[in-house]
Amino acid sequence: MEDKLVIRGIEFRSRLWIGTGKYRDFEETARAVEASGADVVTVAVRRVNITDRKSENLLDFLDPKKYKILPNTAGCYTVEDALRYSRLAREAGVSDMIKLEVIGDEKTLFPDTIGLLKATEILAKEGFMVFPYTNDDPIMARRLEDAGAAAVMPLGAPIGSGLGLRNPYNIRIILEAAKVPVIVDAGVGTASDANIAMELGCDAVLINTAIAGARDPIGMAEAMKHAVIAGRLAYRAGRIAKKLYATASSPLEGML
Amino acid sequence: MRLTVNGEAYCTEKDTVRELLGEMDIVPERVAVEVNLKVIKRSEYAGYQLREGDSIEVVYFVGGGKQGNPK
Repeated sequence: MEDKLVIRGIEFRSRLWIGTGKYRDFEETARAVEASGADVVTVAVRRVNITDRKSENLLDFLDPKKYKILPNTAGCYTVEDALRYSRLAREAGVSDMIKLEVIGDEKTLFPDTIGLLKATEILAKEGFMVFPYTNDDPIMARRLEDAGAAAVMPLGAPIGSGLGLRNPYNIRIILEAAKVPVIVDAGVGTASDANIAMELGCDAVLINTAIAGARDPIGMAEAMKHAVIAGRLAYRAGRIAKKLYATASSPLEGML
Repeated sequence: MRLTVNGEAYCTEKDTVRELLGEMDIVPERVAVEVNLKVIKRSEYAGYQLREGDSIEVVYFVGGGKQGNPK
């Protein structure tokens, strides 16, 4: 019974996607990614340090042949910047995938969805596979899908907040309507949060801070791996309805 | 020739993108290059002529997920 995530013909080994920020060093990043079983790792695009060329390269630790490198536009606050970073990322990388972020506000890091929609439209026309980081807004999810997004990535809660899925009902409405995969991006705090996202029927979850910021990132990476697998299996198996009163699970027949 | 590379003044005798990267000891396969806001394809590095005053950006991938680095 194959249950692989496939997006536009690309097959993914895992439904857990990993961010590579905030780790102690590249070695820890690589060990956490390995423990998570993820094959998608998202990376940021930044200036090369031209005065200190001895610094190590992340891709020496995460082999692009083994992992799918998903560049992001983290830190971009305008459509122009997001487009510029996306085009550079495509040239630096090996694929057309871009995790598109157009940030609206420094304090909340909520997406500027108007800018996001514009940038999605332009990049989709340029042949990018756009993965937009958006709000848990079903209407915006539909608009992004119509604009050519390859998937939608609604937040569960603010980036790095660890608050979990604050509005699972909206995520359910997004899931009901979406014809593209839905990947929860941001807000996961611990394994149960990732599990809930998957039990709702999300296609994947992207996690960074909850793993990198855990006391033991490698241990948490493994916990997330199991949470995502269990959540997906439970979704496919179909949960029972919630009821207010008890239903006996042992037969009454044969009692003394 | 005076250039601006990643926001810093940079003087060089090299006059193509490829030679400039070589001088800076940068592996072309790991970076992307922009000259005056235009992304240069890797296949064009060798033939791309630099001019006095050009502004060049050389970027690569770093660890980053969702932190959305403040401005």
